[in-house]
Amino acid sequence: MRRFLSFRDFDWPLLGLVLLMSALSVMEIYSATLHTKFVGFHTKQLIWLAVGMGLMFLMSKVNYHRLIDIAYYTYGFFLVSLTLVLIPHIGKKVLGARRWIGVGAIHFQPSEWMKLVLIIAVARYFANLGAKDLRWSDIFKAFALVGLPMLLVLKEPDLGTTLTYTPVLLCGLFLGGIRWKQATVLILCAVLALSGIWISGKVLKPYQKQRLTSFMNPDADPKGSGYQIRQSLIAVGSGGIWGKGIAKGTQTQGDFLPIPYTDFIFAAFSEEHGFLGALFLLLLYFLILMRLIQNAQTAADLSGTFLIMGVVAVMVFQIAVNVGMVIGLMPVTGIPLPLMSYGGSSVLFTFLSLGMVMNVRMERFVN
Amino acid sequence: MANNQYSRDIKLPAIKLAAVQYVVALILIILIAGLWRLQVLGSENYRVLAEQNRIRKVPVLASRGKLFDREGRLIVDNYPSVSCFLLRDQNRDLEADLPLIAGGLHMDLDQLHSILKHYQHAPGYQPIPLKQDITPDEVAFIEAHRNELPELETIDEQRRLYPKDGFAAHLIGYVGEVSEEMLNDPRYEFYAPGDVVGKAGIEQSYDQILRGEDGSRDIIVDSHGRELGRLGIVHATPGKDLRLTIDLDIQRAAEKALGPRNGAIVAMDPRNGEILAWVSHPSFDPNSFAVKIGREEWTHLITDPNHPLMNKVIQAQLAPGSTFKIIMSAAGLGEGVAQNLKVNCTGGGTFYGHFFACDQHHGMVDIHHAIPLSCDTYYYTLAQKLGIDTIAKYAQSFGIGQKTGVDMPNEMSGIMPSEAWKLKTFHDKWYAGETISVGIGQGAVAVTPLQLARALGGIASGGHMVRPHTVFPEELPTDFRQALLDSFPGSGETQVPMDPANWEIITDAMAMVTQPGGTAAASHLADVDFAGKTGTAQTASHGATGHAAGGSIPNAWFVGMVPRRNPEIVVTVLWENGNWGANSAHLAAEVIEAYVNKHRKAEHNLVEPAAPAPAPQTAASGGAH
Repeated sequence: MRRFLSFRDFDWPLLGLVLLMSALSVMEIYSATLHTKFVGFHTKQLIWLAVGMGLMFLMSKVNYHRLIDIAYYTYGFFLVSLTLVLIPHIGKKVLGARRWIGVGAIHFQPSEWMKLVLIIAVARYFANLGAKDLRWSDIFKAFALVGLPMLLVLKEPDLGTTLTYTPVLLCGLFLGGIRWKQATVLILCAVLALSGIWISGKVLKPYQKQRLTSFMNPDADPKGSGYQIRQSLIAVGSGGIWGKGIAKGTQTQGDFLPIPYTDFIFAAFSEEHGFLGALFLLLLYFLILMRLIQNAQTAADLSGTFLIMGVVAVMVFQIAVNVGMVIGLMPVTGIPLPLMSYGGSSVLFTFLSLGMVMNVRMERFVN
Repeated sequence: MANNQYSRDIKLPAIKLAAVQYVVALILIILIAGLWRLQVLGSENYRVLAEQNRIRKVPVLASRGKLFDREGRLIVDNYPSVSCFLLRDQNRDLEADLPLIAGGLHMDLDQLHSILKHYQHAPGYQPIPLKQDITPDEVAFIEAHRNELPELETIDEQRRLYPKDGFAAHLIGYVGEVSEEMLNDPRYEFYAPGDVVGKAGIEQSYDQILRGEDGSRDIIVDSHGRELGRLGIVHATPGKDLRLTIDLDIQRAAEKALGPRNGAIVAMDPRNGEILAWVSHPSFDPNSFAVKIGREEWTHLITDPNHPLMNKVIQAQLAPGSTFKIIMSAAGLGEGVAQNLKVNCTGGGTFYGHFFACDQHHGMVDIHHAIPLSCDTYYYTLAQKLGIDTIAKYAQSFGIGQKTGVDMPNEMSGIMPSEAWKLKTFHDKWYAGETISVGIGQGAVAVTPLQLARALGGIASGGHMVRPHTVFPEELPTDFRQALLDSFPGSGETQVPMDPANWEIITDAMAMVTQPGGTAAASHLADVDFAGKTGTAQTASHGATGHAAGGSIPNAWFVGMVPRRNPEIVVTVLWENGNWGANSAHLAAEVIEAYVNKHRKAEHNLVEPAAPAPAPQTAASGGAH
């Protein structure tokens, strides 16, 4: 046992996998933006990746116990921010949704940061309970902890981000010690509540509902999200086993595929690299996730385990929903694919989480 | 409690993390299965969809065959033009773009809406013609708005360039967009909405030959319709050029002869039926049909009392007047009645209790004089002796009351009355008195100018009747030649038995018509064996083609030919409300003269023609009835 952190204990294989994935991401962003006005976005992504890497190394030096310590304060701070976003004149409205808060040139999207904050807060909450059988009151408190920001983000409205909070709660409950009986009751309640929400029509806006159902029948809405799914299916399907080659995907290059460098990047990748390419990508995800879970297993204490598993939960959820959307198994929700989609907030969230994971790993060798 | 989170003693049960691993693996397997379904099992299907997504078929329009006269001189040409099409496979909100499109193409919104409505049931991939023959300004507008209006596409095409001032317009016809009724007609089963087809004249009759076959070009486009590259091209097969039997020199002479008068002139070679000139006045400008014709211009054309769209050569059905006497003579001689018939004309005669007038006191008249003098009394008598059914039998054998079978659309058959005809048409019996009027080409008998040319030309050819046609049959594929015969049924080519002696009597008498004393003596051509027959047909009972102002001024007919026996050319002139047949004879003489001079020149044999001999006063006023 050493007294100080050492980069020798850094998870280099994990970093290698992540960097390989990032390279594929930059390549596909390059290809997908080649004939659009977004040409050159791959260099921007490189910059984001560089910034992300920097933040990851910084984050890996921050003792995660300090993050756990201040978890409820940061949680409170972002809860207030999410409330402020909803107030006109403070929250900025972009494309009909109030998601941004800003003073002068500095803008930020509290809901994105809330993901990370929530992982930490939930980790603290369940770690504190000691992984023993949960009482109903513990469960209700956990629901409140996650439910409050969910309601606020849903109000913006931002359905996609709202949904990404749920895996944090579910993972926490499962690992935190929920009993079978409780889980059964909760699932029943959830089914009832969701059908109630669906029927009442008060919580979800009509366009959100339509987006959630159109994947089942893309031709019913050929111009809206149905069009996007249709084009995505054509892109993926026409890629075949071997793919059409870099910058040769007709769906991607012909601008048929919607936003092929962010939400639909997996479709673009699958079109140009085929089933084998897609399989390779999913294999990379599998290796990364397994590596993360292994780190969770070997974490020094419960809070470390919960932290990493929170990150795993969010990543698995995003992969499932994004790839599921691209291949027509899930509705269009606007959730980016971690490590692949273009975008600063996605890159920063992923690398900050990875930094946190690295710290958990490194801390176990420190006394 | 506060220590739980940092306690190194509490670990999660390994089975729980293993469960998470299994969940992750399961999710990835489901995703891989989904990918397998799309990329391995469904790839062929999706590949086709992807191809359709990016390939746009743009028609390459075939240029229409040109028309030449018999000597290879160009009559109808094409010129390059640009048309604007609307693509509806663009997934765009068209309604929102319409105002911009309307502005740029100088159209109004209602127009656009009605076009869209017209094509609403056409397949989505089919481009809709929005505006044809657009100006360079409008082309520039489309080019400048490629991004805003990707649904607009320009297509180069060849457009018809017709002779100016309605020259030969009824012969040539015009083209236009195929109409709904035409598409329902099985003959047009291979046409698609928006196709340009011949709608009259040769353009219609020979559409199949002239149209060629459109090709298409496959263009790779993105979802905004921007062209990214090109794939294959199916070249258009241009339409076949046609050499017409028309002789531009004769056509010009005929156009000039008829001039501003209402009526028709048709010139034909009675040896083979080749049409040499085809004029119907007033005319119209087919060029205004080549691009969509304006509503105002169209209304004007169809409401004009002079019927400019009527192809009078085959559609005017009028009493032939005295020109019918040639058929009467053939009937009378054929029956052995006319040879020995001598009639004392005292300015008319009483038949069946009615007095029928002749315009002169011709005195004793036989068949040799009855034709050049056009003595009505003689033919009243002849008609009485023959009876209506015998007259009808002969007239029908010469094609009266039947279509000639000319290769032109919408030919009229005319009327040859008979007892059976009257019973069938009016459910009434034939009155013997009616026969008397028919004897001089009045009453119910109605002919078209072409019918008359064929009948009289045939009689002068010893009964050799031809099928008039405007295109050399040897220019056409065999199967089309047969199809042409089937589409234009008519009396066609036949041989009517005729005694050579009778033939000589009639043709000699017709040659006398342009000689001093004949009804067309004023149209005498020196050194030309110019035979013919005048006709002045009353219009009171059987109306003109509708010339309201014409009232009861008679129609002036003349059928002339050169030479008198086995003529090379027969010319029929119809001058509506021209008053005297002799007036039309002048017009026919101009056409004949042009023909004769042309052939003499070709044979280096042209003697400067002497001016037509001044007509004796008596002959000029001694009109034909």
